[in-house]
Amino acid sequence: MSDFDPRAATAGVATQPAQRRKVDVRADAPWVRRTIIGLTVGFLCLFVVLPLINVFAQAFSKGIAVYLAALQDAETLAAVRLTLIVAFASVLSNGFFGLMAAWAIAKFEFPGKNILITLIDLPFSVSPVIAGLVFVLLFGLQGLLGSWLAVHDIEIVFALPGIMLATIFVTFPFIVRELVPLMQEQGTEEEEAALSLGASGLRTFIRVTLPNVKWALLYGVLLCNARAMGEFGAVSVVSGHIRGETNTLPLHIETLYEGYQAAAAFAVASLLALLALVTLIAKSALETRTAKE
Amino acid sequence: MRVAATIARRRSVIPGFGMTLGMSLLWLSLIVLIPLAALFLKTAELSFSQFVDIISSRRVLHALQLSFGLSLAAAAVNLVFGTLVVWALVRYRFPGRRLFDAIVDIPFALPTAVAGIALTNLYAESGWLGSLLVPFGIKVAFTPLGIFVALVFIGLPFVVRTVQPVLEDLEKELEEAAASLGATRWTIVRRVILPSITPALMTGFALALARAVGEYGSVIFIAGNLPNVSEIAPLLIVIKLQEFRYADATAIAAVMLLASFLLLFLINTLQRWSEARTGKRA
Amino acid sequence: MRRMRMGLAAGLMLVGAAQAADVNLLNVSYDPTRELYAAINKAFATKFKAETGKTIEIKQSHGGSGTQARSVMDGLQADVVTLALAYDIDAIAARGLIAADWQKKLPNNAAPYTSTIVFLVRKGNPKGVRGWDDLVKPGIKVITPNPKTSGGARWNYLAAWGYALKKHGSEDKARDFVRDLYKNVPVLDTGARGSTVTFVQRNIGDVLLAWENEAYLAIDEFGKDRFEVVTPALSILAEPTIAIVDKVVDKKGTRPAAEAYLNFIYSPEGQGIAAQNHYRPRDAAIAKNHENSFAKVELFTIDDTFGGWQKAQALHFSDGGIFDKIYTQ
Repeated sequence: MSDFDPRAATAGVATQPAQRRKVDVRADAPWVRRTIIGLTVGFLCLFVVLPLINVFAQAFSKGIAVYLAALQDAETLAAVRLTLIVAFASVLSNGFFGLMAAWAIAKFEFPGKNILITLIDLPFSVSPVIAGLVFVLLFGLQGLLGSWLAVHDIEIVFALPGIMLATIFVTFPFIVRELVPLMQEQGTEEEEAALSLGASGLRTFIRVTLPNVKWALLYGVLLCNARAMGEFGAVSVVSGHIRGETNTLPLHIETLYEGYQAAAAFAVASLLALLALVTLIAKSALETRTAKE
Repeated sequence: MRVAATIARRRSVIPGFGMTLGMSLLWLSLIVLIPLAALFLKTAELSFSQFVDIISSRRVLHALQLSFGLSLAAAAVNLVFGTLVVWALVRYRFPGRRLFDAIVDIPFALPTAVAGIALTNLYAESGWLGSLLVPFGIKVAFTPLGIFVALVFIGLPFVVRTVQPVLEDLEKELEEAAASLGATRWTIVRRVILPSITPALMTGFALALARAVGEYGSVIFIAGNLPNVSEIAPLLIVIKLQEFRYADATAIAAVMLLASFLLLFLINTLQRWSEARTGKRA
Repeated sequence: MRRMRMGLAAGLMLVGAAQAADVNLLNVSYDPTRELYAAINKAFATKFKAETGKTIEIKQSHGGSGTQARSVMDGLQADVVTLALAYDIDAIAARGLIAADWQKKLPNNAAPYTSTIVFLVRKGNPKGVRGWDDLVKPGIKVITPNPKTSGGARWNYLAAWGYALKKHGSEDKARDFVRDLYKNVPVLDTGARGSTVTFVQRNIGDVLLAWENEAYLAIDEFGKDRFEVVTPALSILAEPTIAIVDKVVDKKGTRPAAEAYLNFIYSPEGQGIAAQNHYRPRDAAIAKNHENSFAKVELFTIDDTFGGWQKAQALHFSDGGIFDKIYTQ
């Protein structure tokens, strides 16, 4: 089972470079290798690849005409529009917040920093249903601010603002989490140098910090966007399920599925699946980019 | 002494501390803290005995049990298989390795509703996998087993991605030294490698668990949603909301939120332990 | 980055361009009426354009009738509500959103079509369900929605109660019957359509208690070779009602359009669409044409058996009412 000779190994370490030895002491036995690779591939294929293929298979199960019709349907287009708007708002607000919070966390030391980081991570561990519920409790007619909003005729729940708030909540930590480790690693030398050369704080930020973190920022934006477009639970609670108006793409999929239109539901699902794949490809590309730098 | 002086100096040189911290705290409060506080305020409107009555009802207890129980099981499966997967991806070279590496992230990037209908369709009695299991009398869709499958799916990337950087950075010399001292492969794995990656493993497990407990979208399509059999806690919250029983909904949500906080605290502690061990943020 | 922004803008414009109708209405409806109102809205839009030259777009929201009513009360901006029963609209009226005399403003007490409660079973009727008594047999699984959220669920409950009342003559026996019925119910979905999905797509249950229109629609969609309808000899006359939400139409200025829309449902064209979708039309001529599509059922009404919705809702479906006492979960 073990394919190394202790004497040879000892001798090798002491007198010869490891590469020259045929034996790699960190290698596993061939049968171990094969089993683990087999299990890995099997597990991933069963749990990930198969469902993904199924989405596309079901989408095209009634033919390409039905597929295209489903995508061009007015309600689908409205859902696309709503999803784009909501994702855009999430990325914008969480990007802005993310940069600010990352700056404060990475460039400074202050008491309570760990608590702040934990608080920012909160939305990660909260169920999406609860994320939606809290906004209904706050802004719904029976909620804490409900009567005030009704008097001033402001609609939050059952309308776009509610959906945006719920989505922003759910995607809150994504961008910060990508920026902080990198900015911490990069330290403050470059910023200090720029400042000592007379640049203003803002200029330093734009000309020095941002370019340094651009790939991490883009990465965070990608993840935030993917999650924002795909959010289901939180939006389901605050949306009025008004077809063509407050149905995002994931909600629209549910509506179609319950309306006996399974093929159409999968057609719309395939759109989101494609989005996920594109996100992953972009992520890989970015990772190769950062590895090179 | 020196460190403190450096910190003090650093703070005074780089501008924008007050503003960025202030605005971050403001935004955090508006989006996260105040809404979550609203939940606790609403829960506080209930008397303690009312709260206990709601939580201890058979249906609620069962839903909480189901959510937490199945999540633990799914996270455990992801712990075992995730370890195998990350080992294969980091230590071996095989055709398609980069592809499979990217595939690991799909459950993270795929919208939950899409995963939900895809898994339901796959495991229904007429589906590709469901039909294979029918002769064995195994029903997956619309049973707790289906919920389990969905939870394994969405927790999949967490263990892998948390352990991967740690495993990649493991020092070769440690293993080589152990081998040179005559250790068998299994001993090396057990005494050298496993302890180094254990904090990351635990972190990944906790992350997968936290995600699974609150999961809604991918589960509600495949679950049977039968009360006391296959009804998950998030769904029960939604049903109570639709019945406009806000008190019930907030009580259940408060319990789940408390659990989330505990898990989050655990995760952060584990992450710091991991960082201390390996110098890398898990 | 720039290309992404341009693409985004172009996409929004393309999608946004399709949205600009002259008049926009929101119809908040109950669960099974998706196909009905898809057809009605299409026909009405054509007629509206022909008569006024303006384009009209009617958006739909569907869900359990009780939940929908509460959503409207919570601020959902419905121009019209087309719900499963008068009580739900009364509840909205009690909040001041609808005029108190809404039911007099339209013919037939504001119920343009009626329906009844039937049973949907699997092909071949393997459990031999012929009437209400079969539903309480041990081992039979009955699918019906949640009376707390769904209108159809309440009609189902009252139909069962009414049958038992007529058969045994006492309220206590009726209560026992309904209690035994709900013992056989494994899951309560939030709406009629949800229950249909559970029965038809998830294959749970032996018999679905459903609106007549929903049962026949399931057969249309999934085929006569999978399901059959069993119509009991005695059932309840279910009258879904419709109304304009005065507060919203006055704010939005859509009253004329909303009134035209609701009147359309009573017109021969609207009644024809209803009949085609298996709703029993009020229009005598249309009903005559579709006589053979609807089974003959002895129907009792909520007024003569239960003294009206206010009483029934308070007695059976309020918090702590009879349903809460019967159904312990």
